Amino acid sequence: MEPVIRVENLVKRYGSRGLGRRAEAFTAVDSVSFSILPGCTLALVGESGSGKSSMALCLSCLERVTAGQIWFEGRDLAGLREKELRSVRPKLQLVFQDPANSLNTRWTVGEIVAEPLLVRGRISKRERDARAAQMLEHVGLGAEYLRRRPRELSGGQRQRVAIARALVLEPRLLILDEVLSALDCSIQAQIANLLVELQRSYGLAYLFITHDWKMAAHLADEIAVMSHGKIVEQGAAEKIVRYASSPETRRLLGAPPVGREAMEAVPKP
Amino acid sequence: MMRFLLRRLGHAAFLLIGVSVLAFFFSALAPGNYFDEMRLNPQMSAERLRALRAEYQVDRPMAVRYIRWVGAVVHGNLGFSFAYNTPVAPLLWARARNTLLLTGTATLLVWMLALPLGVWSAERLGRPADVTLSWATAVLLIVPDLALSLGLLVLAVRSGWLPTGGMVSVGFEGFSAAHKLRDVASHMVLPVTALVASALPISLRHVRAAVAEALEAPFLRAAEGHGISRRRLLYRYALPAAAHPLIALFGFSIGTLLSGSLLVEVVMSWPGLGPFLLEAILARDLYVVIGGVLLSTLFLVAGNFVADLLLYWADPRIRAETTGR
Repeated sequence: MEPVIRVENLVKRYGSRGLGRRAEAFTAVDSVSFSILPGCTLALVGESGSGKSSMALCLSCLERVTAGQIWFEGRDLAGLREKELRSVRPKLQLVFQDPANSLNTRWTVGEIVAEPLLVRGRISKRERDARAAQMLEHVGLGAEYLRRRPRELSGGQRQRVAIARALVLEPRLLILDEVLSALDCSIQAQIANLLVELQRSYGLAYLFITHDWKMAAHLADEIAVMSHGKIVEQGAAEKIVRYASSPETRRLLGAPPVGREAMEAVPKP
Repeated sequence: MMRFLLRRLGHAAFLLIGVSVLAFFFSALAPGNYFDEMRLNPQMSAERLRALRAEYQVDRPMAVRYIRWVGAVVHGNLGFSFAYNTPVAPLLWARARNTLLLTGTATLLVWMLALPLGVWSAERLGRPADVTLSWATAVLLIVPDLALSLGLLVLAVRSGWLPTGGMVSVGFEGFSAAHKLRDVASHMVLPVTALVASALPISLRHVRAAVAEALEAPFLRAAEGHGISRRRLLYRYALPAAAHPLIALFGFSIGTLLSGSLLVEVVMSWPGLGPFLLEAILARDLYVVIGGVLLSTLFLVAGNFVADLLLYWADPRIRAETTGR
């Protein structure tokens, strides 16, 4: 099967910018390669600062890569110009960690969810609301949420809105950057189950970025362990969790997970 | 909405009363009054002076004078000018009009320049264009208004392109309407330039900082990821998110419409409040000074009030809070 996305030797280096300021170049992502099949989940696990989030920004083309290729929909995103990217962006969506600030707090939920539709051209208000209501239904929120604003929602509800917004353009790949870590444990389980359901009904591919082993093992088909910008270990989720070989992975596994008891209560969907 | 408005109005009234008390007592506390200099005049008899002081009630206790003055203000009467021997209000109003013409134009220009330039600069944060602009605004900030005004005057005198003082040319009364307009406009160029040059850097830097901060917000990155156009990102996302400090600053720039140009007016001999108030202060023309201070305060308070209203209009979150939704 043809992978949805194939990343080859991706490098992201942050260097100095501007006059007179010479910061030392810092390599956030160092020659990383992987691919994800349709309907599958790859979990990218690592400690904070391991380059996971830089990865998310590069893949969603919010940061330009320094070197390497990102093959998506038959094109190398790393080589595309901003104008050309615009046609690809809808197919590849990013969901952020904290829905409290990834949603525009000035707008209503309806406006937020339907906003991405604008890239396809103008739509009428009625059509917009209909689409937004439909999307909200998919993520387990009713149409009564259309007129609410993000501040009136709970953390879990907000993350559902963020997911609805990401799905409205019918993407093929969703990059989930620590989408569960700002939420309470019980809510984490709910959203995790929602993600699994959505994956089944849309045939979505996920890149699930997390520092949370348990969640990665629960959701992912494959796990890649990142450390200092490199993938140190990669393979089927079960295999990695059971037979971790690299010292970084073992250290990560050994680190006391936060809220272990709550995690074990996560029901298998 | 009503409660929000009423509370704001309450604040404004309180502030005005406070300022009037302070302005009145501080001006009255200053040693000497308008008639003291007359004592040096050998042709002025002691009785005549005493009569004058009684006529203008300068000999009464301060509290009595304040209360009488407040009574007059309530009736729209700001007191009496010693020097001009007429009521203060019409005197002030004639000068304030000229000042407002100057500062209104300047403020409009400042914001018309600051918004697009600030957004433009924030979009290129750290790149050469932005760095250059930051240096330019820093230099403008450092140069004192006085030096700036004098420099402009020197330029105008050397080149001879622009009139260097006043508001109208000799023979203005006889000009046609179009000619009159052109004449005033050419007289405005220098003072307006000086005012814009001194106010623009501050507004520009605020716009740049606020928009740059907003551009970092995750909800903006998210929108960028959806493929929303750059223009919409900047003006529909970043600018409203940056609006809070900018609206407050805008209110302040309305507030300083009357008081912000005093120095430039004096240097460029613009017939506004600047030279007028300076003269009044030197002559201890008490009620003119207090009237000027009060009018400036009124503008400051009104400016803040306008900012509050704008904020209310611009931010649905404030609306939701105050209507209890």
